[in-house]
Amino acid sequence: MRPVIFIVAAVAVMGLAFWAYRENYATQVALKDVSRLQAEIADLREALAVQRAEWAYLNRPARLRELTDANFDRLGLLPLEPGQFGQIGQVAYPTADLPKITSPVDVIGTREEAFP
Amino acid sequence: MTRTPLRPLARILQARAAGENPDVIERENLRVRHEEIQDRARSRAEGRLLFMGVVFFAAFALIGARMGVLSASQPEEPKIAASGAQILAQRADITDRNGRVLATNMLTHALYAQPRDMVDPKGTAAKLAKIFPDLNADTLERRFTDGRSFLWVKKVLSPEQLQAVHEIGDPGLYFGPREMRLYPNGKLAAHVLGGASFGAEGVNSAEVIGTAGIEKAMDARLRDPAQGDQPLALSIDLTVQAAVEEVLSAGMIMMNAKGAAAVLMDVKTGEILALASLPDFDPNDRPQPLLIGDPGDSPLFNRAVQGVYELGSTFKIFAIAQALELGLVNPETLVDANAPMYWGKFKINEFEGHNYGPKLSVTDIITKSSNVGTAHVALMIGGLRQQAFLKSLGMFDATPVELIEAPGARPIIPKRWPDIVTITASYGHGVAASPLHLAAAYATIANGGITVKPTLLHNAPHAPGIRVISQTVATQAVGMLRNVVTKGTASMGDVPGYAVGGKTGTAEKPRRNGRGYIKDKVVNTFASVFPTNNPQYVLIVTLDEPVETTGPKPRRTAGWTAVPVAAEVIRRAAPLLGLRPEVEVVPAQAITVSAN
Repeated sequence: MRPVIFIVAAVAVMGLAFWAYRENYATQVALKDVSRLQAEIADLREALAVQRAEWAYLNRPARLRELTDANFDRLGLLPLEPGQFGQIGQVAYPTADLPKITSPVDVIGTREEAFP
Repeated sequence: MTRTPLRPLARILQARAAGENPDVIERENLRVRHEEIQDRARSRAEGRLLFMGVVFFAAFALIGARMGVLSASQPEEPKIAASGAQILAQRADITDRNGRVLATNMLTHALYAQPRDMVDPKGTAAKLAKIFPDLNADTLERRFTDGRSFLWVKKVLSPEQLQAVHEIGDPGLYFGPREMRLYPNGKLAAHVLGGASFGAEGVNSAEVIGTAGIEKAMDARLRDPAQGDQPLALSIDLTVQAAVEEVLSAGMIMMNAKGAAAVLMDVKTGEILALASLPDFDPNDRPQPLLIGDPGDSPLFNRAVQGVYELGSTFKIFAIAQALELGLVNPETLVDANAPMYWGKFKINEFEGHNYGPKLSVTDIITKSSNVGTAHVALMIGGLRQQAFLKSLGMFDATPVELIEAPGARPIIPKRWPDIVTITASYGHGVAASPLHLAAAYATIANGGITVKPTLLHNAPHAPGIRVISQTVATQAVGMLRNVVTKGTASMGDVPGYAVGGKTGTAEKPRRNGRGYIKDKVVNTFASVFPTNNPQYVLIVTLDEPVETTGPKPRRTAGWTAVPVAAEVIRRAAPLLGLRPEVEVVPAQAITVSAN
């Protein structure tokens, strides 16, 4: 019985050692991967920051004003004016297509304000 | 364990037979038993002590070993932890209230040299001078060859310059990464942002520190690593700020002014939506402060915050509002306004020697901007109460706005407060404050009488203000301001749909030597509130030394200079603020229909 236990224990130790060896290298590969990815993330973040700065730079009010002035004949953009605010009631209700009038009828209407 | 009896019968009988005392045997046995108990207890205690000793030794050994390992090992960043944005940016961005970028960081490089590694100092110096026109080839060559081992050549490089320096290919030239503060909008809101520069510099990085404006005032917040990835949102609205600056700049040129300032503020929260001061500068390339002359003429000078001027008649509404609050007058009370008024050796005149008297109603004092009428009202209030009221409006202290310049701009208040000061202060002479002070005070009136603290931070928690005048008085005061525009001195300030109300102010500049005033140098101010039927915004426009020259003789009153500019600012800015123009309802004429 005893030799069997020794042999099983020895095999188990060898198996575990092999597993630990592989895990060690797998961990190192994963760590390398992580640091590479982090470098990539940092690069992308930097690029993002540059692009955000560039977006802000290209959309600066002074430049937009120059562009609207330069392209006035094509775009015709003017500053927002108070008169451009509308009421919802001023928007025309989409008209349903009326059916064709086949038999005309005479209608007599009275305006209400004519008879107070 | 066998328990031996204390009085074993056999020995007792024996002892009795021998005529001895059997108690001796019992005592002997008792002693033996106690000794055994003692021995057992001692050995157990010794075992416990040993166990504790081993445990403590192991614990201390473990701690000691860990400390040793920690002190001997190299520090290393944890590799597995996720990286945050703050690793990249050491200074938080600044955005406007809608998240549009006002200040951000860019990664660039600094150029330094180690002349000992240089192959060709002379050629390198010449090539560098060709890339950077501001460098001198001879100076550079001298510095490369005078034996020093290190020198900075350029603090920031553009990518093109970096490439050009790379192409020189000298091994003695090195690049250090630099984080540079960038203001993508150029001159926009320059005085708010201030600027930034490098603090402590090293080869691998440099500290970025704020030098002025909000960059310096909020330096600790912007550099806080814990909040590095959260931008600082200002109350400024980029679009509104741009429109205000554009109109103000055009107005300044048209009115031949040497400077201008504007403050647009939300009356409910005290958030400043636009703060402009002209002339301005580019914070990316902040100019040097003036060494000679008046620092007030430098573009760095923030007229809206630092410019402490006598603001003239715009102060009149404070005296009137206080008198209404104290119940001394009502809007229809007639007050003596017979000009000129004599007080001791002083003579108080109206504008251009007019006389609006002999009696004016309180409403008309504001509409016509009568100095004499206001003076009489102020005398009714008295100096002590007047001072307390102006103090409660914040006129005696520096504004609490988040700019490094603000605490230095204290209003100029006379030390003593005799009656003549009560009179002059009531119409804004002898007391000087900044346009921002005026904005805060007008916001208090427009906010229904509750004080407002000006702030540049969006959605910052603010303590509720204190009530200084009642809602009724505030409404009456705003109504009087509306009257000034509809039929008073600011008739050019009317913007259809926005029911602008406001008060003009024209103050002559005091002479440098403190003796009297310069006649043809004035500061024109228009303090306005809109829309008056439900006040939401306060706009202050100040022009420095304007003159309007379309008429036969030059005009220097606010009604001709600051008011049209302010009206144009409101016309442009109000739609951008989402304010819908409202048609003012004229009270219908009562018509009696008689049926026949």
